[in-house]
Amino acid sequence: MTRMLLTGNGAAAWGARLAGIEYLPAFPITPQTEIIETIAKWIDFGELDCRMTTLDSEHSMITAAGGAAVTGVRVFTATSSQGLLYAMEMLYTTAGWRAPFVLVNVSRGLASPITLEPDHNDILAARDSGFLQLHCATCQEVLDGILLAYRMAEDGRVRLPVIVNLDGFYLSFTREPVEVPAAAAVARFLPPFDAQNLGFRAGAPLSEAVAVLGGSPYSYFRYQHHLAALNAEAVFEESAVAFARCFGRSYQAVEAYRCDDAELVFVMLGSFATKAKAAVDCLREAGQAVGLLRPLLLRPFPAAALRRALAGKQGVAVIDQNLSPGKGGVLYTELASALYGQADSNPMLVSFIGGLGGRDISAEEFYEMAAVTRRAAAEGQAPEPRLLYAEAELCEIKKWQAIAQVQRAKEGQP
Amino acid sequence: MSETRFQTMKDLPSCHLLGTGTALCAGCGGLEALHEIYDILGEKTVVVNAAGCMTLLAVYPFTPFRGSWLYTAMASAPAGAQGVRDALDILLAKGRLTAEEDLQTVVLTGDGAAYGMGLSATSGAIERGLDFLYLCYDNEGYGNTGQQYSGATPHGARTATSKGPCGYPGYKKDLFAIWAAHRPAYVATVVGAEPLDLARKIEQAKNRQGPRLILSLAPCPTGWDFDPSETAQIGRLAVQTGVWPLKEYRDGQVVHTKVPQKRLPVEDYLKRQGRFAHLFQPQRNEALLQEIQARIDAYWDNLQS
Ligand SMILES: Cc1ncc(C[n+]2csc(CCOP(=O)(O)OP(=O)(O)O)c2C)c(N)n1
Ligand code: SF4
Ligand SMILES: [Mg+2]
Repeated sequence: MTRMLLTGNGAAAWGARLAGIEYLPAFPITPQTEIIETIAKWIDFGELDCRMTTLDSEHSMITAAGGAAVTGVRVFTATSSQGLLYAMEMLYTTAGWRAPFVLVNVSRGLASPITLEPDHNDILAARDSGFLQLHCATCQEVLDGILLAYRMAEDGRVRLPVIVNLDGFYLSFTREPVEVPAAAAVARFLPPFDAQNLGFRAGAPLSEAVAVLGGSPYSYFRYQHHLAALNAEAVFEESAVAFARCFGRSYQAVEAYRCDDAELVFVMLGSFATKAKAAVDCLREAGQAVGLLRPLLLRPFPAAALRRALAGKQGVAVIDQNLSPGKGGVLYTELASALYGQADSNPMLVSFIGGLGGRDISAEEFYEMAAVTRRAAAEGQAPEPRLLYAEAELCEIKKWQAIAQVQRAKEGQP
Repeated sequence: MSETRFQTMKDLPSCHLLGTGTALCAGCGGLEALHEIYDILGEKTVVVNAAGCMTLLAVYPFTPFRGSWLYTAMASAPAGAQGVRDALDILLAKGRLTAEEDLQTVVLTGDGAAYGMGLSATSGAIERGLDFLYLCYDNEGYGNTGQQYSGATPHGARTATSKGPCGYPGYKKDLFAIWAAHRPAYVATVVGAEPLDLARKIEQAKNRQGPRLILSLAPCPTGWDFDPSETAQIGRLAVQTGVWPLKEYRDGQVVHTKVPQKRLPVEDYLKRQGRFAHLFQPQRNEALLQEIQARIDAYWDNLQS
């Protein structure tokens, strides 16, 4: 084991390298590109025995990834935002093939307007694709998450592709100290891919992904897919235990930070949860019983773990770094559905939208969200979802609009 | 053609490898060609398919193929073939697959995928020198969705989206030339109605490595509106009128493999198909007929000069 200063992208590349990936179908997109560049260099200089093919698009890339996985090799690939959406048809398709491979998504906001900076609309658009999802908050978790992801993907009870998500810029380009385990130790945790009944070979014909006629066989295969995804939670727990034994770092499907005695809890995904942790510490110092829950596993959805952790809490502030226009936050909806109709007295859920397109969430905003949630819990009435935006930001936008208007008037445009 | 084992019709395979009883239409010209092709390619193949009529060949739990099959999506069958081929190569290199267990990677799509939606994936596969055989059955429209016009539809044809008095206003795209411009290993046009010419080309394609295209005209009784018993006749007429030139691209050269000595008038081909009926009824569209004939004549005149 060595300690290295790695970006999130570097950690992803190391995760893939240590997993002994054999095939890398690729396509560039910011902020993911550094991952494939790093692996390409290792291949070119003989440090990694892997074949890389750059496809014409992410749609093709995911098709090739699935095709290679069902032929029986260990496959890794990576993309971001527009690329993930361009591949969407093949996310559903290859998940339906039950093709076990790992896809790293470096989250980035979606057009329009076009941007490079992160939020979670891209990864959540893939929520129902049938891929499993891990949402990382640190560079260490990116490396470790990839190793855990292969264990889940390839387990005979699961056999599904997994997306490991990290936030663009905040993780992709941020260096953190990362423990890089020795290859031999990783090989004990993650043996070479056992393709079992997968693979095309002469003398053993296999028909993969054939059409069905009618709802009955279709439903059967869809239910099988769902049940396999549900199995992945237990497989995750088992793998996490084995991981802790091998490497001394333990992971839970839902990370709980200072939650046990908390009255109020923040719930959020990804690297911005680090900001929430800092806010929790400050609020604790000010005497407020506040904690944080962060699902590492989003698919399968760890509903029972969330219910257990939130039982008896007064209020929950769900902070969504995504926006479903005309509805609100996706994580809020997911959590509400997990809590509704349960026997335990349920906490007050309050929805906040923030951190879109890489916009910061300040410490003051966390304090304010805690206050709003406490008030809602006391009054027994949740406010409408709040869109985080500061007065100063609005002033700035108004200023830009004024400049644009002056310019148009100068050019004689209406 | 002295190097071929197919000297006469008697040399063609006498029994079919592809099973029967599929959901495809009676008289399907695409299936006719696929039967002939599969007999020669054999079962050491993995067929990577894109959305189209042929997707309904393999319907759970049945398949007419003796080899393997992977359905992908409309746009990305060549990318699926890339993944499969790359993985087979990795397994071969690592000794996890023996040479005897290796497979030919075959892409099977219609014209809609080959001329249009899948063209980017195809071009990428050729530029990377992917070792694969692309079979396109060209029924000149989006057949599976009810024969709307595609980039392969001929000028003047009636389709579900070109029902006006002049039919389809566009012109058929030259996929053969698009492929040849990539300098691939092999490109050939075939039609099921000329089985000997087809067999020789499949033999050629099978024995080469790299990107290879077999582009088969696929007379389609359902989409072109003719009686299913006439598929072979329509296919032969396509060759005899010069509408469908039989040719191949190999070693940088284009060679015509069957030049009709005395071309029949294109009308003989057109008037057998309901999709061109509006060129003859209620009155002859002389201008359009002449234009279609002139284009065919120009193609062959250009060849001679
Ligand atoms: C992305 C996508 N768009 C549209 C379709 C609907 N669709 C299915 S088959 C087909 C026609 C394909 O045409 P072609 O490739 O010529 O094959 P044919 O149907 O003629 O056999 C279409 C448009 C689809 N399956 N996928
Ligand atoms: S519509 Fe045409 S191409 Fe499709 S199966 Fe029927 S005859 Fe064949
Ligand atoms: Mg077609």
